[in-house]
Formats: sequence, C-alpha cells, structure tokens
Amino acid sequence: MSPENIGKAFQRWLDGDVNFLEHMTDTAHVPDSQREELKAGRRQLQHEIRHRGSHRLLRAEEAGFRIVYNAVAVISCIVLIGVLLFIVSRLPRYGVENPRTLTVVERYVEKGLQETGAVNIVAGMILDYRAFDTLGESHVLFTALVCVTILLRRDRKNMDSTLEDYYTIRRDRYYDTSRDGLIRRIAVVLLPCILVYGIYILLNGQNSPGGGFSGGAVLGAGLILFVASFGFDAADRFFTQKVFSVISFVSLAFYSFAKGYVFFTGANGMENHIPKGTPGAILSGGLILPLDIAVGMVVACTMFGFYSLFKRGSIGKD
Amino acid sequence: MSFLCNVPLATIVLSLFSGVLCTVISGKAARRYTLVYECVLTGLLVALFVHVYRNGSFTYVMGEFPAPWGNEIRAGVLEAVVALTFMVIMGCSVAAGARFVSLDMDESKVNLYYALLNLMTAALMAIIWTNDVFTGYVFLEILTLTSCGVLIVREIGRTTLAAVRYMILNLLGSGLFLLGVVFLYDMTGHLLMVPMRETAAELAADPQGLTVLTLSVGILTIGLSIKSGLFPFHFWMPDTYGKATPTSASVLSSLVSKCYIFLLIKIYWRAIGVDVMMHMPVGNILFVLGMLGIVLGSVSAMRAEDINRMVAFSSAAQIGYIFLGIGIGGQEGYTAALFHILAHSVTKSMIFLTTPRLAEVSEGNVAFRYLQGSALRDRNAGVFFLVGALSMIGIPIFAGFASKLLFGLAALEHQSDAKLVLTMLALAASSMLNALYFIRTVIRIYTPNPAVRDYRRRHSAAYNIPMMVFTAANLFLGLFSWVAVRLIQLGLEQFV
Repeated sequence: MSPENIGKAFQRWLDGDVNFLEHMTDTAHVPDSQREELKAGRRQLQHEIRHRGSHRLLRAEEAGFRIVYNAVAVISCIVLIGVLLFIVSRLPRYGVENPRTLTVVERYVEKGLQETGAVNIVAGMILDYRAFDTLGESHVLFTALVCVTILLRRDRKNMDSTLEDYYTIRRDRYYDTSRDGLIRRIAVVLLPCILVYGIYILLNGQNSPGGGFSGGAVLGAGLILFVASFGFDAADRFFTQKVFSVISFVSLAFYSFAKGYVFFTGANGMENHIPKGTPGAILSGGLILPLDIAVGMVVACTMFGFYSLFKRGSIGKD
Repeated sequence: MSFLCNVPLATIVLSLFSGVLCTVISGKAARRYTLVYECVLTGLLVALFVHVYRNGSFTYVMGEFPAPWGNEIRAGVLEAVVALTFMVIMGCSVAAGARFVSLDMDESKVNLYYALLNLMTAALMAIIWTNDVFTGYVFLEILTLTSCGVLIVREIGRTTLAAVRYMILNLLGSGLFLLGVVFLYDMTGHLLMVPMRETAAELAADPQGLTVLTLSVGILTIGLSIKSGLFPFHFWMPDTYGKATPTSASVLSSLVSKCYIFLLIKIYWRAIGVDVMMHMPVGNILFVLGMLGIVLGSVSAMRAEDINRMVAFSSAAQIGYIFLGIGIGGQEGYTAALFHILAHSVTKSMIFLTTPRLAEVSEGNVAFRYLQGSALRDRNAGVFFLVGALSMIGIPIFAGFASKLLFGLAALEHQSDAKLVLTMLALAASSMLNALYFIRTVIRIYTPNPAVRDYRRRHSAAYNIPMMVFTAANLFLGLFSWVAVRLIQLGLEQFV
C-alpha cells in the first residue's frame, strides 16, 4: 500500500466514513456510487441469514470462529467445574473439625429464643439478627416486579395491533382454563384449603417452619388458581391495579420504617418499645409476625402480578 | 454518638422507601420527588463527610445485636467521599437526562423508571457502606435487577437484547460472587468483614489454607470483574451503554460498574487483608487483564462507527486502568485506582449526557458522518463534550491527567521493573489511542456543515447546571488532585 493510500484512508476515517483498521485496503478507493451497492449487498446477506437459518450461509471464517467459540466455552466450563470441585474437596468440614465456624452459630442456637422471642430460630435469624439483609431481599422481589411490569405491561410502545386478530382471540379462548367445569369444581374444593394453609404458614412463622416468603408463595399460588379457574373478570372485582399498588406500598413502607426504627434505636442505644411476647404464642417474637405478614403480602402480590402480566399484560383494571 | 452517624442508615432506608413510593405516584411527581430527594441526600452526605473527616470512621450496628451476630455498616472518609460523588453524579444525571426520559419511554412507565433509580441509589449506598460481605451480595442483586430495568425501559429491540445479554452476564457474575462468599464463610465462619479478616490471616499461614483461600478470592474476583466489564468480559458494554436512555447510560457506566470495583477493593482491604493479598497471584492476573483491557478497549473504540459505541468502548479501557491500579497493588496502586474511579465517573457520565444532544441536532443520527458540525449547532453540548474528551485524553488541568500521573507514580513506587515498564507502555499507548479517536471526534463535530440547517437550541438550566457541576468537579479533581489523593489515603488508612 502506498503512503498516499494510507493518507487517503486516514482522511476518510477522520471524516467518519470508514472503519480505519478493517477497510483500509478495500473500500478506501471505492467510489460513492459503488459503496451504496456494497451496502445493499450486505443488507441482502443479513436478511437471508435472518430468514433462512444461519448455519448454511455462514462464511468459512465465521464457522471457524464458532468452532473456537464452542471449544473455549466447553474448556472454560470444565476448568470452572474442576476448580469448584477442588475447592469443595479442600474445604474444612463444617462444625467440629473447624471450631472457628461455630462462634456465630452457637449464639443463634443457644440464645436465639431468649433474645428474639421466636421458637423458629431461622425466623429469628433472618428477621432479627440479620434483618438488614432480609430488608434488601424483600426489595429484590419488588424490583423484579417493577422490571417485569416495565417489560410486559401494555402501552403504546409494546402493543402490537396485528396480534389482536380474530385467530388470537379464538386461540386464547380455546386455552382459557376458566371455561373448564372440571377445573372450576376442583378449585372450589381446593381453594379454601390452600388459602387457609397459606395464612397458617404466614402467621406461624415465628413458631414453626414457614414465614413470610413461603406463606406468601402459597397465598400467591392460591390467587393464581383462583384466576385460572374463574377468570380475570372475577379477580378484577376485588383485585385492581390500585389495590395491588396500595398493598405493596403499605407493606414495604411498613417494613422499611419498622426495621428503620429498630436499627435506629439499636445503634443509638435507645430502648426498643416492641414487646417480645410469650415464646410459642401467636403474638410473639416482637416484630417478626408483622414483618412476616408484610413480606407475605408482597410475595403473594408479586407472584400473582407475574402471572397476570405474562397472561394478559396488566396486573388489574386501572 | 453524634446524630449525623444515622445518615448512612437514612440513605439506604429512605431510598428504598422512595423507590416504593415512586411506583404509586405519577411520572411527573416522581421526577420532582427524586430530584428534591437527591438534593437532600447530597446535603446530608456533605454533613456526614465533614463529621467523619473530623472524628474518624465509625461502625453502625444495624439492630440490637453487635458485630459477629448482627449486621453492621461502616462509614469512613473513603466511603463518605465515594458516596457523596456518586450521589452528586446520580442527581446531575437525573436532572440533565430528564427530557430524554420523557422522550424515550411511555408516559405510564416514567414513574417506574424513577422508582428503579431510587432503588438503585439504595443499593449503591448499601454496597458503599456495608461492613458485611453477604449484605454486599443482597444489594448486588438489587443493583443487577435495577440496571437491567433501566435498560429495557426504552422498549426497543436493541435495548431489550442488550438487557438480556447484560442480565445473563450479570447473573453469572453474581453467582460466582456468591460462591466466593460461601467458600469464605465456610472457611472463616464469619460474614462480617473484620472478623473474617482476622480468621483469614490465620488460614493463610498454612499453605493449603492459602491455596483454597486464593481460589475462593479468585472466583469472587472473576464474578465482580464480569459485572464491571474487565477485559475479556467487556463485550456487553457497547450495546448496553450505547443504546440506553442517556440517564441510564450515564448511571450504568459511571456508578454501577464502579460500585462493583469499590466493593472488590473493600473486600480485599477489609475482609481478606492486603497482607494476605500479597501472597496471592490475583493482583498480577488483574494487572495483565487490565493492561489488555486498556489497549484492546482503545483499539475497539477506534474502530467504532458511531459516537456512542466509541465512548462505550473507551469505558472498557478505563475499567482496565482501574484494575491496573489494583494490580500494581500497595497503597499507591489502590489510591490511583480509587482516584480513577472518581475521575472517570465524573467524566464519563458527562460525555454520555452530551452525545444524545449532539445526535439530536444531527437528525437523531449517532454515526460520525452525520455528526459534522453538531457542536456548532448545539454549542453548550459541544463545549461539555470537549471538556470530557480532553479529560479522557489526559490533558493537564483535567481529572484524566491527574489519574494517569498517579498510575505512573504508583508504578514507580512498586519494586517490580516489569510492572513499571508495562504500565508506562500501556499508559503511553492508551493516551495516544485516546487522543486519536477523541480528537478525531472533536474535529468532526466542530467542522461546519453547511448542508444541515441551523438549529437554534433553547438552552435550559436543567441541562446546563448539572453539566457545569460535572465540569467543576472535573477541574477540581484535575487542579486539586492532592486533596482527593489525601482523602483517599486517609480512607485507606482507616480501612486497616
């Protein structure tokens, strides 16, 4: 390549016309009229790749890249698996062999009941000892719901009118489970049991395995079954967008401020006015029960919200 | 205990609450609320900074239970400086990008966008303040989700695709980070950083313990470097930053990716200990990857055909710088890395907020050939872009120069000659490449183009004031870099 050509190519790159390193040789001296043709050819190729399946039209170098890519992917997976297995095989066994791991756990097990008022040590741990993490965790769920809402709630940007044609409506009706008598009758029997069980898990989190996350999941599943068997129209009568927003807002705001109060009093050495209650009773464990209810509400709403957004693109009537 | 010690708690809990609140109010109200809220928070952080500068660092027990049993957060000079900078950048990005937010997304979802930004603020603050590795992980999840959320909100094909790719890589990163945390917990029995460091020092005395510790730290490091976009994992950057709405691009490139690195530095210093880190090859690997990132990121930026991709690839190079500093190690290396976190955050967010304005006066095109003369059609955006470009190249009096100087000095302090030579070479090559592609862009946007009719833009204070704040911060970091360096050194001393 002559210095003159390099100079020209550099000038073109400076003008934003070409890719300096890739096309220095081939398009630097292509006149403008031909460049349009080249572009059209490229578009045609892209179109064909998109519509005919990519394998056949890939050029040799791209196929080569694919082979290398797959090989690297497989090798890095194997290396990662090897490293992880190696670490796990060398980790000291938990507990007796490694006494330094016990300092934290011992206090949870021995003093958990006395300090948190919860028979269920796990509830005491996640909602009292390490409540800050759980505060974050409940907002993770809410964040996920906000993201799904952004993606799926119908608005003028993601609505496609061609989808709303006759066949879609017919197909939706065909697969609509709420028109099925069998499902409806079974749901009538099952639903009360599921909802009562969900409430039981929710309210008993401080005394037995369970709590907000699991109870809320059961309640959410109950709501989904209700909608699947009786249709969204039935749900819209009591569960609108507004009800949904209010429940999540109140639950999460209560959670933030209740825990904020505990953090604030704890760190500043002030007295915490929340009674611990009698261990084993429903009203025990201090804030654990109300927090469980708040988390349960958020989880149930979120699960139902996901289902509803995926199914029809909105949570409820506005 | 002074009342100001409650500020870190307030930044986290109130931001979480604000996020939830924004979902139930209208988009306009959410925007106003977010702006006011961020101003208030900035004020509080200034007060906190003065407090920690005078009285030293403090830990804040989250609840009734003390250190190894309950959660804890900590505030020192370094955390206060980083939190304050991040908060200012967040507020300025929201203010300057507000007009694009209403153009880019459906009216009914604007409030959700601000909700995500508030949740992101909460996560950023929590990660900065945390003194507990697992709390870091929990808020990392919120950060991951919110950063995908602020991408998809444009609802065009490219951003959705970019968000899916970003999400997959981010989740891989989170998974590896979580594995690293689990291994560390299993070995040391602690999740809080200080007790973990004490046990890690005992473990490292035994060679087998050191091997397992090194691998665990390695996995954790890979996780966080995927999330922040270190060299082999930087390919998600151009689409993610280039196609997002300007506020998102600015926040993602300058705050989110830096926050992961800050967490990594915090874990190295407070949970593992720099003395133990000296015995691990992690630093050398990061050094090499950082250097490759600098060179290859700059080459990719040269090859980019539009301005957004160019700026995004240059981010990959800048992330390389930060990891280079960590790789050099020692107090000087980390100081340079942390200074560059601040300098690059201020610069890159500014550039990402000017490019959409330049594209707007070029009929919405971001390709270079259409941008000719755009700085003359929108003079303010042109000047701000010029400031950012000069800083990125490393012209004296701007922040970029100070950070390059610090990297050079850190390499000089270091004993190894190989690292010195390599650092100098990387700095020289990258400065030259940076100059090439930024100067080219500056020439392009300042060359008059008679073919395009003259737009007369009406300039709003809502755009100019935040951009002037960025410029002032940039000049401050460039001219008075010793202030920032002194504060960072003070903060690092408090870390140990």
